Amino acid sequence: MTEPQIPVTEDELHAYVDGELPAERREEVEAWLAAHPDDAARVQSWRLMAADLHARYDAVADEPIPARLQIERLVHTPRRWIYGAIAATLVAFIGGGLAGWTAHGAASAPSALQNFTAEALEAHRLYTVEVRHPVEVPGSERAHLQQWLTKRCGWQVRAPELETTGLKLVGGRLLPGPTGPASFLMYESASGERFTVYTARASSEATQMRYAAGNQDAALFWADHGVGYVVSGSSDRDRLMQVARLVYDQSEKDGGEAR
Amino acid sequence: MTAFRESVEAMIPALRRYARALARDAEIADDLVQDTLVRALRSERLFIGGDIKSWLYTILTNLNKNRRRSLARRPQHLPLLENNPDASGTEAEGRDIARALATLVEEQRSVLLLVMLEGLSYREVADIQGIPIGTVMSRLARARSHVKAYLEGERPPLRRVK
Repeated sequence: MTEPQIPVTEDELHAYVDGELPAERREEVEAWLAAHPDDAARVQSWRLMAADLHARYDAVADEPIPARLQIERLVHTPRRWIYGAIAATLVAFIGGGLAGWTAHGAASAPSALQNFTAEALEAHRLYTVEVRHPVEVPGSERAHLQQWLTKRCGWQVRAPELETTGLKLVGGRLLPGPTGPASFLMYESASGERFTVYTARASSEATQMRYAAGNQDAALFWADHGVGYVVSGSSDRDRLMQVARLVYDQSEKDGGEAR
Repeated sequence: MTAFRESVEAMIPALRRYARALARDAEIADDLVQDTLVRALRSERLFIGGDIKSWLYTILTNLNKNRRRSLARRPQHLPLLENNPDASGTEAEGRDIARALATLVEEQRSVLLLVMLEGLSYREVADIQGIPIGTVMSRLARARSHVKAYLEGERPPLRRVK
């Protein structure tokens, strides 16, 4: 073997392993490797690394594709809550409509949704401790409250009926949301436990339901028809799920509120 | 099904593999894939030819970048179910490749996976990350040397047998 005229650089070693070298240089690199065991060992370690990666992750590509990722499902925009213990928490809520994929900012959507979950949780913490003035409009004026919030927010705001979970509407208020007004509804149980339902215009049309946990409290959030919902309350996840499910079902029944 | 949708569908297994290696958590990974698919399908009419494969990798890579960028300033987000077999599996194994990946900075991990796992060319990766090819190569070199050092941190170096 003859030494190649031009010494082989580290970049070329990478390019060699990755099949990016022109054929004529390949031979020279092979000759170089035969004469330089340290470089040959390095190249070998990269090959092992690639084999390691494939051994670890190729199985994922062979798994059956989960229902929520199936094209048919995503295209036909199913909006269903499956009443199963596990399925209920994982269903993807996909609504229709045009969304904001743009060339560079491919996706501010999930982060924006999570941002406003943080705002909703802050509002929850701020107002649920309030004894005398937790709301602007009391729950006894439900019809007026809904009408007012709908008019100010621009989408159908309806206070869900949560009596079956022991929660009574305390009332609601209008809040500044991330990109405009937000509606904020508060519910209370006989034991004084409080839940809030926050809605604001979401940057994503629809997302699946997600969970956010604080120290004392937690929230479930999702977007549907361009409106984001955040149900905040007890850090007891099952209890929160139970409440969020009622809220979801009722907003679902109203359908297409954002249009 | 349209040709566009078929091309997108054919990419789902590879996108899931890439997302799993990128995000580690199986649930988060499939969230990323789902968000990617939703965006892609909605943009069907906006897609004016070109490489669907690279485009999908680009969306997913950006989604993950945004996700990580915004993690710091909000309440801790947990998967709704804690049945992630992936996470428990790696605990016991010590210094495996998944843990090595987790120690990489985001853009190096992404380059390493796109080249080594997904088999994309330097040119394609440069387009996906919006950087020059030279930067792809330097990120790849750094990532490889970091992973190698990490894996060898516990494993004794292989003895060369002549």
